[in-house]
Amino acid sequence: MKKRLLAYPYGLWIVIFTIIPLALIIFYSVFTTDATGIHFTLQHFKRVFEPIYLSVFLRSIKIAAVSTIVCLLLGYPMAMILAEKNLSKKSILVVLFVIPMWMNFLARTYAWMTLLEKNGLIATALGFFGVRLPSLLYTENAVILGMVYNFLPFMVLPIYSVLVKIDKAVLEAAEDLGAPPITVFKRVIFPLSLPGVSSGIIMVFMPALTTFVISRLLGGAHFTLIGNLIEQQFLTTRDWGFGAALSVVLMLMIMFSMSIALRYEKENEGGGLW
Amino acid sequence: MVKTAIKRIYTFLIFLFLYSPIIVLIVFSFNSSKSRAHWTGFTFKWYVEMFKDQQIMTSLYYTITIALTASIIATIIGTIAAIGIHSMKKMPKAIMTNMTYLPVLNPDIVTGISLMILFILVKLPRGFFSMLLAHITFNLPYVILSVMPKLKQLDNQVYDAALDLGATPGYAFIKVVLPQIAPGIFTGFLLAMTMSIDDFVISFFTTGPGVSNLAITIYSMARKGVSPKINALLSLMFAGVILMLLVINNRMSRDNGRRGENVI
Repeated sequence: MKKRLLAYPYGLWIVIFTIIPLALIIFYSVFTTDATGIHFTLQHFKRVFEPIYLSVFLRSIKIAAVSTIVCLLLGYPMAMILAEKNLSKKSILVVLFVIPMWMNFLARTYAWMTLLEKNGLIATALGFFGVRLPSLLYTENAVILGMVYNFLPFMVLPIYSVLVKIDKAVLEAAEDLGAPPITVFKRVIFPLSLPGVSSGIIMVFMPALTTFVISRLLGGAHFTLIGNLIEQQFLTTRDWGFGAALSVVLMLMIMFSMSIALRYEKENEGGGLW
Repeated sequence: MVKTAIKRIYTFLIFLFLYSPIIVLIVFSFNSSKSRAHWTGFTFKWYVEMFKDQQIMTSLYYTITIALTASIIATIIGTIAAIGIHSMKKMPKAIMTNMTYLPVLNPDIVTGISLMILFILVKLPRGFFSMLLAHITFNLPYVILSVMPKLKQLDNQVYDAALDLGATPGYAFIKVVLPQIAPGIFTGFLLAMTMSIDDFVISFFTTGPGVSNLAITIYSMARKGVSPKINALLSLMFAGVILMLLVINNRMSRDNGRRGENVI
């Protein structure tokens, strides 16, 4: 029996449940069907570039980028702290860091509503000190906070796993040669951690760009990101063509941003395509 | 000294940030009124009442049956596929590996919608079965990507030696190959379970009326306020996960003295 035949059932599965569905999305984005048959059209893509939709795209990119930067700024020091602890303490901290992800992500996001709402815990606590804030919930900042909260581990863990692998001897060598800590960080640690940083950026930016749940829960019903727009096309207005075109543009954006980030990735396992 | 203090405070603040919603959730599972913001007194009643709540119990049932079935099926198909892919030549191997990455890299929402379109077009009624198919689909890559590295580390000569000593290929596989790749299979299974239990987006698009998992139920409740019974259930599940982690951690530290990192 040839062993590679074993991969064929799975190959069939991918074709049916991954390739064909994606092909269907592309099909709906460029073809319309009516009584006279199937026609090629670019009208859906033209609509994507109308000002209202373009502004949704820009807003989504901006919010995802801000969340990614905040995650990087908060996460990098955290990854460094995790990486420098001794072995037993380190593993406990890392486990503690990952545990929150085992609580359902919707429930955690919902709990933020409790914390942020008008008479919520944060407002009450701040009111105690005489600070009155305008509503926290249903704002852009609440959405960014939700994204940072949900995706921070995706930034910290890849950076951490690169940092722990750095040979301590290299750092000692730099110190012995007279480099002050800042220089050691700038010239040795940071460049060596770039693969982790780039995968962290991908792992935060991608879900932040495509989510529709965080924006719906923390941004309110009228807060529209690309994800919400796509969801509406399929579930509310039932405009599959336009929804499909939006999805194709979203996929292209993801591929584009990934190809940029992956340039820094040295250990590229799965072959050239991605 | 100042440096360590700053690091401690920073770590504390980050952990506070990560844990505060969870603490809120757990605390309010003991709150006697339905309010999600005001503390009115301590009670255990939600922990009793959740078992009587039809909607919550059905969604728990669907969450667990779908996660278990999907990850078991994905583990079987995925392990077999990984063995097949591993023995392929360079070119088809690269194609298969890239195709495996596709659902991982594709945005959830696109995966969910593309499957929804497929199910609508082939007139498969959306519900338990369609959701199960979708879960198997997004679980498969995690199993394959966990098993493949183990296969790479495998020494083929041991398998050949077993054959030379008269073992049938099936017997040699079970006695020689399987024990060596078992940790990868187990990791893949656990990953698949976790992804499945936590999934909202893909389930949301591929399920039908009457069939919802916990995440969908929470989403539909979020607007008018999630019942404290859900808080109670999630707190219990969370406690279960921590207990399981402690057990695994203990066993692992007994086994090889290294702790923690292997668990995740």
